[in-house]
Order: sequence, then C-alpha cells, then structure tokens
Amino acid sequence: MATRGAVASSKAAPSGLTREQLLELYYYMRLTRSLEERLVNLYRQTKVVGGLFRSLGQEADAVGSAYALDRSKGDVLSPLIRNLGSMLVQGATPLEILRQYMAKGDSPTRGRELNIHFGDTVRGFIGQISHLGDMVPVMAGVTLSFKLRGQQRVGLVYVGDGATSTGAFHEGINFAAVQRCPLVVVVENNGYAYSTPTSKQTACTSFKDKAIGYGIPGVRADGNDVVATYEVTREAVDRARRGEGVTLVELMTYRRKGHAEHDNQSYVPPGEIERWALENDPVDRFIKVLTGSKGVPAAELERIDARVVAEIDRATDEAEASPAPEPRDGLLGVYADPAETPVLWYREGVRSAVETHERPASWGTHDG
Amino acid sequence: MAETTYLEAIRQGLFEEMERDANVICMGEDIGAYGGAFKVTDGLQARFGEQRVIDTPLSEAAIVGAAAGAAHMGMRPVCEMQFIDFISCAYDMLTNYVATARYRAFLPCPMVVRGPSGGYVRGGPFHSQNPEAAFLHTPGLKIVYPATASDAKGLIKSAIRDEDCVLFFEHKYLYRRIKEDLPTGDHVVPIGKARLAREGRDLSIITYAATVWKALEAAEQLEKEDGLSVEVLDLRSLLPMDDEAIAATVKKTNRVLIVHEDTVTGGVAGEIAARINDLAFEWLDAPIKRVAAHDVPLPYAPQLEDFVLPQTADIVRAARWLAAY
Repeated sequence: MATRGAVASSKAAPSGLTREQLLELYYYMRLTRSLEERLVNLYRQTKVVGGLFRSLGQEADAVGSAYALDRSKGDVLSPLIRNLGSMLVQGATPLEILRQYMAKGDSPTRGRELNIHFGDTVRGFIGQISHLGDMVPVMAGVTLSFKLRGQQRVGLVYVGDGATSTGAFHEGINFAAVQRCPLVVVVENNGYAYSTPTSKQTACTSFKDKAIGYGIPGVRADGNDVVATYEVTREAVDRARRGEGVTLVELMTYRRKGHAEHDNQSYVPPGEIERWALENDPVDRFIKVLTGSKGVPAAELERIDARVVAEIDRATDEAEASPAPEPRDGLLGVYADPAETPVLWYREGVRSAVETHERPASWGTHDG
Repeated sequence: MAETTYLEAIRQGLFEEMERDANVICMGEDIGAYGGAFKVTDGLQARFGEQRVIDTPLSEAAIVGAAAGAAHMGMRPVCEMQFIDFISCAYDMLTNYVATARYRAFLPCPMVVRGPSGGYVRGGPFHSQNPEAAFLHTPGLKIVYPATASDAKGLIKSAIRDEDCVLFFEHKYLYRRIKEDLPTGDHVVPIGKARLAREGRDLSIITYAATVWKALEAAEQLEKEDGLSVEVLDLRSLLPMDDEAIAATVKKTNRVLIVHEDTVTGGVAGEIAARINDLAFEWLDAPIKRVAAHDVPLPYAPQLEDFVLPQTADIVRAARWLAAY
C-alpha cells in the first residue's frame, strides 16, 4: 500500500486514547465499511428496496468525530447520510440498519423511512430528514434545552459541503452561536454535493472560514485520519461542555462513491477516485498506524475483522427473516392521539359504504 | 369582573401555562423586554426571565427548528411569528421536519407556533395573510383559529398542552376589539371541537376567526329584514376538523354557506364542501356556496382591501340567494 506524504498524520499521542479505544475505533470503521459492502450485495439482490448511500472513504471522519462525544453524559448527535459510522458509535445496530434498508415492519421506523434516517433520543441520535441544513436549527434547539436545564450535555450536527449553502445552515448556526448553545457543527468536506464540486458551492477557500461570520471558532482537520478527527472534535466538544459555545469543525475527506449507488460519477476527473483509494484510504491508513507505531499485531486486527463479519452475517439472517410491514400500519402514528379519521371508505369497498351511508327519510322521493 | 380582550386572553393563557409547567418556553423576535410587536408577550420576560422568554435573531426557520429540537428533549416551546405572514419562511421546517417527526422517527414535537394573522387592518400584502390553508394539507400539524377571547385563552392552553405541533392563528383585527368575561379557573377548550355561535333553522354559515363576527352580523340583519333563522358554526379548529358538528348543522338546516377571509381557490371552504359531500350530500336542498376573499394578494388601500375581503353585505347577499334556492 502506497502512502502519500502530503496528508499529515496524527501527532505522536496527544489524543489520550488507550490501546483499547484505538482498537474500538478500528472496529467501528471496519463495521461501517463491511456493513455497507453487505448492503451493496443486498441492493443488487433487490432486497434493499430504495437507494443505497455509501460512506466509502469517509469512515474515519464519521467514527472519529462521534467517538469524541461522551455517551455516559447523554450527548446527542444528528447524523447525515454518510454518517453510518457515527450512528454505530452511538449504539445503532447492524440489524437495525439492515431492517431499515430492507423496509421491514420491525425496522426502527416500521418501514416508514429509508436508509439510516432514524433516531433514538435515548441512545443519542436524532433522525435526519433529506432537506439538508435543517438539522442545524434542530440541533440548536436540542442543545438549547441542555443549556436551559443546566445539563452538561453536548450536541453534534453534521452537514456536508453542500448544506453550507442553505439558509437553514446559516440560521441554525447563527442562532446557536448567539445563544452559546453547547453545539459542535461538523462540516464534512468530501469534495462533492451530488455532482457539484466544492468550487461551485462556495467562493470561500475553506468552510472553516465561515465561522468568522458567526463569531465562533472554526477549525480544520484531516478527516481521513481517525485520531486527528477525534482530537479536533474532542476539543470542540470539551469547549461546548465548558459553556463556551459553538465550534465549526471542517473535516477534509473524499467521497469515493457516487451520491447513491445509481450514480456513475461521470463528473469526476479521471484517476481522482483511484488516487484517493490508493493513497488515502482511512482504514488502510489506520491499520498502518496501529500495526506500526502502536505495535498491534496484524492477527489482532484480523480477529476484529472476523468478529465484524460474524455480526453482520447474524444480523443479515435475522433481518431477512423480518416481516414486511402491515399496509394498514402506514396509517398510524401521525399524531400522539389515535387517528380519529377512519380509513377512506371508498378504499374499503363502495358497496358497504353506500349501504351504511345515512340519508334523510325524504331522500330519493323527487325521482318518483 | 372586568372584561378581557382577545389579546389579553392569549397573554393570560401563556402566563398560566408558563406558571404551571417549567418546560414551557417562549421564543420569537422582540418578544422579551419589548413584549412583542402587539404586546402579546408583555411582562412574560420580567416574570419568567431571559432563559424562558427568548429574544431570537430574525430567523423564522431557526426559531421553529430550534423549537422542534427543544421539544424532542421534553420542552414545550411556544414560537411567535411576529406576523403570521412570515411563517412561510419556516414552511420547510414545519411541513418537512416538524409535521413528519412523530411518524418517521417517533420524535415527539409538542410545540406551538402562534402569530397575528388576518386583514381588515390596512396591513397590505405582507401583514394581513391567512396562511392556514397552506398547512391544512400537511398531516402531522394541528390548526386552531379562535374567534372569541374565551376560545383564544382556552385554545392556547390546550395547544401548549398538546403532544403535537399546533399552529395557533390569532386574528389581529380581534385583538383589542373583542372582549368578554372569561370563565374562571383552568379554562381549557378542546382542539377539534366547533362552537355553535348562533342557533338557527333555515340556513347554516360555517366559518372561523374574524368572519365569525361578520356572519353573526349578517345573521342579525337577515333575521330582522328577511325573517330568516341563520345558524352560525364557528369551527375554532381546522385540523382536526369537527365533522360531527358540520354534519349536524347541515342536517338541521339543509343549506350551507361557508365563509372565510382567506382567498377562495384552494381555501379551507373547498375542503369543508368536500366533507359535506361525503357526510351529508343527500341532506342538502341547495348547492354549497362560498364567500371568501378574491384571489389576489391583499392590497393596502381601504377601498381595495374592503372590496377584496369578504364583508357582511357579501354574506347577506349569498345567504339570500341560498334561502331562495
């Protein structure tokens, strides 16, 4: 494996991460990648009924940043479509992800939502919507509640380079900055929003510069270095927990797959993807660190890989056996109260509806 | 006991709910020290502090989005739109995020978005709107629009206690013109229940908000001049809508006039008419008629605004046509 010198690796060991924690980071990165690979197989078998979104090449930024939160303190994050790794760190399970992609009746959203669009406030992740940028105001409110209640909790919200162009991003980050909410805003700069390159998204030279306009610190790190990602996010998390407000963290990474599985990436300059795969794969880079300076035997990593495969196999079997949702369940749960309006009568069969339809006694007498 | 205005009734409701439940917070532009553009939140910040009565940036999407996030965590935010016209800036947040939260992600969103609505005040195109129909089409939201001071208080309290997002439209023309003795104690009006504002036999007017008062005026005139007995049903809640009360009045009078201040095309009246068609078509002795604003942005000049908005004379004219059908 060739490694390019241009990307700075993590500093010696200021992260304070133990050997055990480093291996945990590796586990989550491997789990993310392998789970997505399994999803590709299921997608090709048409068992994933909707689109499939990959985070190939971005596993480090998702896992490292989420790892900087403190689950024991009740920290909350709001993931984006390429943050499967972040959700796994917060406790989402492969079984949930598989059921969700396969639209099963016992998926976390009962078949109502797609892919990794689901949440659990207990484990600390909030279900995203497709309207990019919208989660920034929402997470401003989540963290506002932490502040109002005097809780030592922190929130983290992910946006992509594209979402920084939305009004919601601006309104949300400004609101949170003014209120000094304990919020970390992570901009994952992966080079593309669907097919639009960063150069067509902003005239700024870097997204971290946008922080100046909100009166908050902006920092930038190598998102393909999991430890560097952890460190920079951890600093922002600690700052938020100390009551010092919002930090904008830009993580530099690269989206090696298309927007979704259908996207052939015809807009990418030739050789670009291959270069990143060869020279800057976050998993490969971390393996090199672990087996190099950290002295982890390769066999130990292989054992983790085997554990990941076993977990995914088990979850796949279980997910495939899960039932499809009951069609009528699609009508439930819009409001807290049970629905008062019955199922549309004409869908039930016109005859019975006509028979039970109440009429005045005089009805029909005009025909005579 | 002194009579209470519609505006003061809302303020009382906010005050009482903030006293009752520490999770209730208010968010909006200029609502704190200034007390809001119409003074609906006057005195709240002095009583409950800056933490619970939050002066926000000029950011409707952030206000609504942040309210949703806080609501997920167990707070009960009440957002003020300085004028309800600006709710369009939060349309995405309300329709895509808030309204779907429970269904798609089991996220509770107990919050209220309230604001001064409606015309007859020379406010022009951007300070007079009635945007309720834009949200009627969004499953997951609730909509109330009171016409009386008593309902304003009872419904704001219900809205705050509701487990889902309630859009609370308050009519600015009624703010200081309508007053009454309010019921004492913990006065709560259930969401989804209409109010029979006037009983009658010959004809029903189904309406809500400011046009309730115009309908009542018309009913008086029709009784005096035509000997007609006109029933007026004040819906109070638009989502959910009180189908039972609508069917009952149709079956009683067999003639229906629907009146609202919002523009006619795609307005709430169309939905009410469709429901009557489903619920009680055979009970009708005449076509359902609508009196609503003309399909134009609301103009400023009194001569223009008065012509565009439904007036008592329009209601009287339509009612006479219906009665004679």
